[in-house]
Amino acid sequence: MPEVARPLLVADGLSRHYRLPRERLFSPAPQVRALSDVHFTLQAGKSLGIVGESGSGKSTLARLVMALEVPDAGRIVFDGQDLGTLDRAGLRQARAGFQMVFQDPYGSLDPRRKVWQTVAEPLAMLQGASRAAQREGAAGALDAVGLRAADLDKYPHEFSGGQRQRIAIARALITRPRLIVADEPVSALDVSVQAQVLNLMQDLQDRFGVTYLFISHDLGVVDLVCDEVIVLYQGRIVEHGDPDTLFRAAAHPYTRALLEAVPRLEPGAQVPPAPLPAPIDAPGGCPFAPRCAFRQDRCMREAPALRALTREHRVACHEAETILARPAGA
Amino acid sequence: MSLLQVTDLRVTLQTARGPADALRGVSFALDRGETVGLIGESGCGKSITALALMGLLPEGARVAGSIRFDASELTTLPESELCALRGRRIGMVFQEPMTALNPLHTIGRQIAEPLRLHLGLSAGEARQRALQLLERVRVPEAARRLDAYPHQLSGGQRQRVVVAIALACGPDLLIADEPTTALDVTVQREVLDLITELVDEQGMGLLLISHNLGVMARTVRRLMVMYGGSVVEAGSTESVFRRLAHPYTRALFASRPRLGLARGTRLATIPGRVPELADLPDGCPFAERCERVVDECRRVMPNEAAVASAHQVRCVRPHLEAAHA
Repeated sequence: MPEVARPLLVADGLSRHYRLPRERLFSPAPQVRALSDVHFTLQAGKSLGIVGESGSGKSTLARLVMALEVPDAGRIVFDGQDLGTLDRAGLRQARAGFQMVFQDPYGSLDPRRKVWQTVAEPLAMLQGASRAAQREGAAGALDAVGLRAADLDKYPHEFSGGQRQRIAIARALITRPRLIVADEPVSALDVSVQAQVLNLMQDLQDRFGVTYLFISHDLGVVDLVCDEVIVLYQGRIVEHGDPDTLFRAAAHPYTRALLEAVPRLEPGAQVPPAPLPAPIDAPGGCPFAPRCAFRQDRCMREAPALRALTREHRVACHEAETILARPAGA
Repeated sequence: MSLLQVTDLRVTLQTARGPADALRGVSFALDRGETVGLIGESGCGKSITALALMGLLPEGARVAGSIRFDASELTTLPESELCALRGRRIGMVFQEPMTALNPLHTIGRQIAEPLRLHLGLSAGEARQRALQLLERVRVPEAARRLDAYPHQLSGGQRQRVVVAIALACGPDLLIADEPTTALDVTVQREVLDLITELVDEQGMGLLLISHNLGVMARTVRRLMVMYGGSVVEAGSTESVFRRLAHPYTRALFASRPRLGLARGTRLATIPGRVPELADLPDGCPFAERCERVVDECRRVMPNEAAVASAHQVRCVRPHLEAAHA
């Protein structure tokens, strides 16, 4: 399928390093490579899932896309504009186009502010809207997420976790953004409420054509919501493809390990995990090699580049063909 | 007689909105070598059950009913005797390993503490035993880790240390409250496998508390589903999963985002929200959200009825056909 439209979001060679505290006075400060050379594009109206475990760089990626941090290398192009080239005023204007929903609906809402103040804050901050315009905008946004105008003057503590997450989504929607970065938006919610919020997010996409960058550790959630999935491991993309391909014919051993670790419901239907070899140091080699059941000598010396297996499926593994030849879960 | 026999346990908590019935008559038994899971959403009473078993309920809580552990009645046991049980015969693992460990003490000292306190080991003996425990829970480079502080370990390693502390004195009963919720999936799996293996090896009873259906499926033989302070369904894990007899259990399953759903599938939802404890109705706590509700549900709490052998449901109109073909 040829894609002619200009992508809404381009991540072009993103890298971000953090300096750690020195261990000794005269030794150089060690660095963590939170993100290394991450490339992807995201078309308007689509959803891209980012999965990986803690420390994989998911949240760093979200912060870079939201222009809350500046990459050490690479650039973020949003709707044709390189965010790194914008001055403060330009960036402020651009921010209306991308908004964020955070994981914890308790921590992300100010308990001392009324709902309308929280929801309308982006209008006030980014566009200097009047009080009346703020209230009107907030009422519209609350309506879009299934809350009532009567809720405008309430405080966050009067709402349940699921309703708070709706408020957080309303705040993200109020500037009519084209992109919403959602960082684990349902993982703090009860299962019965997760479904309500996920359905809402899908409805909003249908109604407003919002694009999602959806960060989650829950593969089931990503499979449901996303058109494409990127698996991050230690700051690198190890696999990228559509969820059907990725979750049914994973070519990277880490993706397979993640899938095998998902607890299944049928008692006794567990896939026994491939035994992990003894951990070893592989400086310069594949970052997953120390935990990899498929590793060869080459993996210890040479980090695999991300390469295309098919047009829609990229993987960073020397042994991908061998792994693909094995049935999933074997 | 069972190792643990809980009978009609009722707990009333003092809340800002007045007294709230957090547990409304919970009964179950657990023996050595058995694994039982308590599953439910926030506020259903699963953690209160664990706290009641350990005598750690918040100030002002009123307890009625009975908790028999071996020959002792825990609800009336003096605090000093409870202290002698906790950590020795009843081990505990909590959700957040960072807050369960003391950041100012070394790992070795924290594992040694119950050994010295309960078993009266000398400092040297306790350290030796702590090293063995740390090796047993497969913390790499155990000898070096003894002198490390909690912040120097990863989340998974910290939870292994918490497991080592819980098991230090060879307890008869292990209570694990969301032991893997804060961990990554691959680590979660390793920690669960470790707990299962140790329970097996040492013949303990395990009470596992979790909101995660998949975690239960792989870890426990028997399952209790809680809602609004009551056990609404209880049976073998296999039977509960196959029948999903209580409308709440079935709705919970249906609303789960899971691998293999087509993109854009609308998840089944449960209307409304989990009730607050202070608002629980007289009748079935799930009545307000239930598709199958009839007038009778709102009048009185349904009695337990068997839907299969050793499989009970508290529901006026349970699903009687199996859930899966």
